[in-house]
Amino acid sequence: MANTTHDPMVQLLAPDGSLAPSERAEEFLPYFQQLTDENIKRFFRDMSVIRRFDTEATNLQRQGQLALWIPSHGQEGAQVGSAHAVRPQDHIFPAYREHAVAMIRGVDVFDIIRLVRGLTHGGWNPNDPKFRNFHLYTLVIGSQSLHATGYAMGIKFDGAYATGNYETDQAVIVYFGDGATSQGDVHEAMVFAASQQTPQVFFVQNNHWAISVPVSVQARVPLYRRADGYGMPGVQIDGNDVFASYAVTAKLMDDARQGKGPAMVEAHTYRIGAHTSSDDPTKYREDSEVESWVARDPIVRLEAFLRDKGVDQAFFDEVAQEGADFSSDIRRRIVAVENPDPAAMFAHVYSDPHPLMEEQAAWLATYEAAFPTEEPEPAAASDGGDA
Amino acid sequence: MAIENMGLGKAINEGLRRALAEDPKVLLIGEDIGTLGGVFRVTEGLKDQFGGDRVIDSPLAESGIVGSAIGLAMRGYRPVCEIQFDGFIYPAFDQITSQLAKITNRHEGNMSFPVVIRVPYGGHIGAVEHHQESNEAYFAHTPGLRIVSPSNPHDAYWMIQEAIASNDPVMFFEPKSRYWPKGDVDTAHNSTPLHSSRTIRPGTDVTLLGHGAMVSVLLQTAELAAEEGTSVEVIDLRSISPIDYAPILESVRKTGRLVIAQEAPGNLSLGSEIAATVAERAFYSLSAPVLRVSGFDVPFPPAKLETLFLPDADRILDAVDRVLSY
Repeated sequence: MANTTHDPMVQLLAPDGSLAPSERAEEFLPYFQQLTDENIKRFFRDMSVIRRFDTEATNLQRQGQLALWIPSHGQEGAQVGSAHAVRPQDHIFPAYREHAVAMIRGVDVFDIIRLVRGLTHGGWNPNDPKFRNFHLYTLVIGSQSLHATGYAMGIKFDGAYATGNYETDQAVIVYFGDGATSQGDVHEAMVFAASQQTPQVFFVQNNHWAISVPVSVQARVPLYRRADGYGMPGVQIDGNDVFASYAVTAKLMDDARQGKGPAMVEAHTYRIGAHTSSDDPTKYREDSEVESWVARDPIVRLEAFLRDKGVDQAFFDEVAQEGADFSSDIRRRIVAVENPDPAAMFAHVYSDPHPLMEEQAAWLATYEAAFPTEEPEPAAASDGGDA
Repeated sequence: MAIENMGLGKAINEGLRRALAEDPKVLLIGEDIGTLGGVFRVTEGLKDQFGGDRVIDSPLAESGIVGSAIGLAMRGYRPVCEIQFDGFIYPAFDQITSQLAKITNRHEGNMSFPVVIRVPYGGHIGAVEHHQESNEAYFAHTPGLRIVSPSNPHDAYWMIQEAIASNDPVMFFEPKSRYWPKGDVDTAHNSTPLHSSRTIRPGTDVTLLGHGAMVSVLLQTAELAAEEGTSVEVIDLRSISPIDYAPILESVRKTGRLVIAQEAPGNLSLGSEIAATVAERAFYSLSAPVLRVSGFDVPFPPAKLETLFLPDADRILDAVDRVLSY
């Protein structure tokens, strides 16, 4: 990739945990300075709990409880910082790896587990106030970017932004990865956003790999510079710095809510694990590269910062216990969950009554009812041989 | 009585105008639909009346039109998208089939997606490549979409309003060659629900079935057949998904013979599905196989060949003769 080292990056928290804002960070510092000690401890807790959950989910997949897992390990800084920068009235359109954002918005992450176990294609109701406008995961790469732009157009047409009311003005944030930036839909979403000057932030988690393809195949210049071509600000951040993620997202979302139009964030982070449980990253990347990113881990970095500030061991013990409890709760619930009712297949294909749905649901019910209730099989011969 | 004489394009314009006036959540989005009024002038005057935030000239990107309409629907709007020509819809195929069609199901009933996609379609206008296709079957194959096509101004006026009122995504295929011929529109009364087929000419010997621009060809065929002493019943399908089989089966049980005409290529077409279903449900009533008269299985040809490609009254009469000779 050309000239990355010359491109200014927003960083507040250095990999060793020291507070050392880069030159580019200056305009975003007031947002960082608003954070209380409790806010920062909350960042640490959220990052730690979601990583523990991620490990648990990976194990559950290996044990056959999940069809698939989508690890978020390594990207917690980008996700937790940005998620806390979004206000309750804003809307969030995730891709499918934003487990930390989901949890912070109040989604029960067990609903994500239900999705990857094969129980649902959705999981939660984005209109339910307790999930604070966290929309459903979208698995086709980049498709959600247009939904986000359309939603932001709706906010504009409703006049629900730029009124000066911090409590009610709304904006949209949409998450996607470096691979998605090659998709036509992401391009069209940015064109439409610029055309309509929508209140919206495009948040790119550049984790450097689109499954096996490095970001250098997607782009010859840093992704954030594409924003200029659409006529919107683009900001490059250290995505493993939770403070940078928070401060930059908070400012750009504020700008969007105030009617200053769309913007783009490129968060440099790294997918420490596999793309999904079906992937084998040892086939395409070097251990040394992974190790260099492990050394920039967002959680280790914040822990060093907190310890330097004098936060005691009891806090870290408490967070570790919370992560363990959170994960064992997921494990406990998964074994109790039941498969969906077959009629659910037909129930929501359409909102209004539809003759084919009624006909086919009735046929399936009749067909299934025609089979005798299953009796337990007699125990098989233990040697498995011919009688 | 409120009978007005107008073309199908003007009827849709009036239907859109009424929908925009009655529901502030209705908005139109598409290429050239605002200041220009659409390349076919179907949205003419609507931007002047309702403003650029309700009649939106979008950037030139079909996926963007449909994808942003999905987001607008999430916000509570009832967007009506215009795809400029049939053959330009494919860049939006993913947003239509993977997103719009499946997203109600994905949300498990907690959100509705009342998005209408207007598609001027079909031949008979002598246009260049990508401007004369009948691609409704691609979408009819996809669960989650509703698909309709009016054949006349009165139906067009009402069906567009019903499509907008539907809580599901509706693809509204407009037979562009019928935009201009005028017909009576009763703007006070609508007698036929959106997803109903309708028998528009009674007969006893053979049933002819079609939709959109084919319907006028079927009526012409029926006149010619009558001169030869054959009584033909004509059904206007109107709804492509779901298909309203009751009038079709009732007619076939009476005539014993069914000919389906369509502009689309015949392979795996709407006519194929209807023929199979009629064979399943009315086998003992049939005196002859169900015949399809279709476009050939080739790309829509250059305009100078379109009259050979498109089913006309002679080809349909040939099929009528064949089902009668069984």
